[in-house]
Order: sequence, then structure tokens, then C-alpha cells
Amino acid sequence: MLTLAEIMETIKMVQEENLDIRTITMGISLRNCADPDPRTACRKIYNKITRLASRLVAVGEEISREYGIPIVHKRISVTPISLIAECSHQEDYVEYALTLDAAAAAVGVNFIGGFSALVHKGFTGGDRVLINSIPAALAGTERVCASVNVATTGAGINMDAVYLMGRVIKETAARTAEQGGLGCAKLVVFSNVPEDNPFMAGAFHGIGEPECTINVGVSGPGVVKNAVARVGNADFGTLAETVKKTAFKITRMGELVGRLAAERLGVPFGIVDLSLAPTPAVGDSVAEILEAMGLERCGTHGTTAALALLNDAVKKGGAMASSYVGGLSGAFIPVSEDAGMIRAVEEGALSLDKLEAMTCVCSVGLDMIAVPGDTSAETIAAIIADEVAIGVINNKTTAVRIIPAPGKKVGDKVTFGGLLGEAPVMAVHPYSADNFVRRGGRIPAPIQSLTN
Amino acid sequence: MYVQEPKKNRIIVTVLGPDRVGIIAGVAQVLAENNINILDISQTILQEFLAMIMIADMEKSYIDLATLKERLAAKGSELGVQIDAQHEDAFRFMHRI
Repeated sequence: MLTLAEIMETIKMVQEENLDIRTITMGISLRNCADPDPRTACRKIYNKITRLASRLVAVGEEISREYGIPIVHKRISVTPISLIAECSHQEDYVEYALTLDAAAAAVGVNFIGGFSALVHKGFTGGDRVLINSIPAALAGTERVCASVNVATTGAGINMDAVYLMGRVIKETAARTAEQGGLGCAKLVVFSNVPEDNPFMAGAFHGIGEPECTINVGVSGPGVVKNAVARVGNADFGTLAETVKKTAFKITRMGELVGRLAAERLGVPFGIVDLSLAPTPAVGDSVAEILEAMGLERCGTHGTTAALALLNDAVKKGGAMASSYVGGLSGAFIPVSEDAGMIRAVEEGALSLDKLEAMTCVCSVGLDMIAVPGDTSAETIAAIIADEVAIGVINNKTTAVRIIPAPGKKVGDKVTFGGLLGEAPVMAVHPYSADNFVRRGGRIPAPIQSLTN
Repeated sequence: MYVQEPKKNRIIVTVLGPDRVGIIAGVAQVLAENNINILDISQTILQEFLAMIMIADMEKSYIDLATLKERLAAKGSELGVQIDAQHEDAFRFMHRI
């Protein structure tokens, strides 16, 4: 029989410490929707999404009510559109984005991911069309998220794609200038992208995935922070053990909700993503966990070590709690979506360089970073190149979601609202990397790719 | 591991709020009216507040969990306390392997 203390612990996690299921994401394969006639393809896409996801939101709300655990988002990821649209020989794929947007609206989900291309070794015709369509697609839709994988440990870094993404990000910012460059908040550049990530904006339904699946992302920085605060000045072994046990409990909720959702929707359960995902709400911050470990401010010396401990302990606890773990599975450090990160930047404790170092030991990367509006495409490409190099060499996922906020300077703030929060504009290095970025071609796969 | 249908399963009813006469009676009445069997009751005083927990069986319940939650919430506002009901698995999954 459960004890009173156990029951109260669970209730406290939900009511006071912001424990929630961040997202139930339905992955849908669109591979049988390709058609030489784009109208037919779009009709098939719309019909398939609205058919498979028709009950997604209702089932999510039903589980949330019965089990008393908030499920914040219900979302959809689809096969990378570059693969589906390619056979229709169009000059842009905006129509596909509009179709995804309409289907997402019809079933009531707030984001749909998969306006994506995988170009780590090179571009196909369809990949180029898709990437060139991203600025218009993100400016013309509300719910569509785009991502591009530009590097893998096995293939190296497609520097042509890196440079192209620098320009695409600039254009996306320009096209959504009135909303502070909001389009860029829905665009992620990846290395070693996972195919089953449930979190936006980088979610898509990979080509090795089944017809339809349910992936779950949990969230509980507040719970971990309070657990860390309770152990006081205990040694690192105790600290790691505490985080591990807490992560186990959080992940069990994700496992339960994922299994229930999959069962009720009649689709296979995919994975639980173990990432600690913060929100702008006070007390739901990864930075505050690091500060509770004994750092005066996130970003000071010791931050990378603290984050490494946290991320590892979360994985160890989470892996035991779930039968299938996947996605990104690591602590997120998005600046604009984390109140503690925002404060650290505003107080000068956290710089872009320190963030880059932190991404070596956690997922995902430079996430939701606002930089001055006059930052050049070449500089953005160089920032991407650095970040994906970390991923390629360390055999992990890294990503860049950067917003060159139009008209903004260092010290200004960009507000996106809702879960995307608000980002203080951060300084970039003034020295040029133009000649490096413009070389073109591919950085070869590193020696650690030769594992066979 | 499989997840049972909530209709056939056990729930945890939690009551939080200032202590007063008639709380257990009020909750028990709602459960009895709907043919829900109480299996266990425990309570404690946390920071001057009553925390009461009931484990109940909805196997033969006349109503579903969503409806029960509404009725308990209504009874709670009548009694000046917060009453909720959740499927037992939400707790069992977290604390038991």
C-alpha cells in the first residue's frame, strides 16, 4: 500500500514544483503521401495527419484529468518534408508548410515539426528547395517548425549547408522582423539529429520510425531544484544520488503517460525523452538547479562541471525508469525559456562562450539565443560551425536556435511570449570569420567515426 | 507491465485544507452514493492543515473518474477544502517498481 508521505510527495511535485509532462508528440510518417502533383500530395498529407491525430488532444486531456498530471503540449512530428515534396518538382514548398499548419490547427496542436531536411553530406534538389523555402514558410505559418541537419559524426560537416543556414536564419529574421524575428525561434540547425525527438522546434519523424508513434517529453527542473536544495551542503556523491532518484520519479510519470496515450490512441509507444526542459516560470529553471548546487550565478566558473553532474545523474535515474529512452535526453539550456538563464545573462554572468562550453556536456546546444540584428550571416554560420563541431567530435547531438533580432543591440530584450519567453540580446565576437566560412565544401568525418 | 483501464481500478482521493467537522463524512457520502468502496483512509496534520488520503475502488462505480472529480470538487467547495481524485497508477508508477 502506498504511504501518505509518498502520495503527498507526488502531489507536491505537481502542485508546487511544476512537475508536468511537457509534451506528448505523435510522430506520423508521410512517406506514402508523396505525389508528383503537389495538390494531391498536400491533400494526402492533410488527410493523414487529421485522421491519425484527431483524438490526440482529447486523449491527452483525458489522461491529464484522470491522473492529475498536467500535460502541457500535444504536438505532431512528421517525416522531413524535403523527402515527401521532392518528387513534385516545385520551386518552393511553402504550400506544404501551409498544409501542415492547417492540419495542426484542425486537430488543435500548437506546433507541428518536420519542415526539415537532412543534408549532412550534401544536398539533393528537394533539400535545396526546402531550405530556400524556410523563411517564407515560417513567416507564413503559425505552428510549423523547421529543422536542418548539417553534420553527423559519420559524414562530417557540410559547410555549404552551414553557410546557407546562416543566410536562411538572417532572412527568416527579416521576414518576421515585426515579431522580433520570431521565425528563427522555430528553426533549428542540428548535428547528429535524433529521429524520435518529441521536443519542438527540432522534432521530426525519422525515416527509421514506424507508421505512427507516441513520444513523450517530461519536465521537472523545479522538482530537481528543490531536491538539490534539500540536501544542503552534502558531498557530490549524495548530490548525484539525489538528482538520480528524483529523475527516476519524474521519468516514471512520463513512462506512464506515454504508455497510456499510446494504448488509448492505438499506436506503438516510442520513447521517453529524459530532458529537463525549463519554462519561463519562476522555479522551473535549469539555471536555478545549478545555482542551488552552490554557484552564485549560472555561467560562473564551475557551471560546466555542475551541468555535467546534473545531466549525467538525470540520465542514470531516467534510464532506469523507462523501458525505452530516446530523443535528446539531456538538460536543455535555452536562454529565453529559462528565468535563471535570463537573469544570468542580464547580470553579465553568462556569455555566449560559456554557453558553448556548457553544450559540450548536455543537450542541446545554443538554444534560443538572441544576438544583435546586425550580426552577419557569416558570423551566424561560424557560430553554427563551432556548435556542430562539438557535436560531431563528441558523438552527440548539438543544435543552434539563434535569433539575430532585427534592430536590436546588446542589452536590448526580445519578447516572443508564451513558452518561448524573452531573450536578452547577447554579444558576439566582433572579429570576422568570413574567409573561413566561405571556403565551401565539407569538413571530413572525424577519426572517431571509423568504428567498424 | 500493463496499464489497467481506470474504470476498473483504484483511485486516490486527497483532501487538503483546514480541519473541521464532517470532512470524512462528506467525502464518504459522495463515494457511497456512487457505489465506490473505500479501502483505506489515512490522515495527518501538515502545517495546521488536514491532509487526508483515501484509497478507493471504482470497480463497481456508477460514474466515471471525470464525473467523480467534479462531484468531489463541488463537495470540497461546500466544506472549504480541496478534494481531488486521481488514478492510483499516478502514484504507484512513481513510488513502486
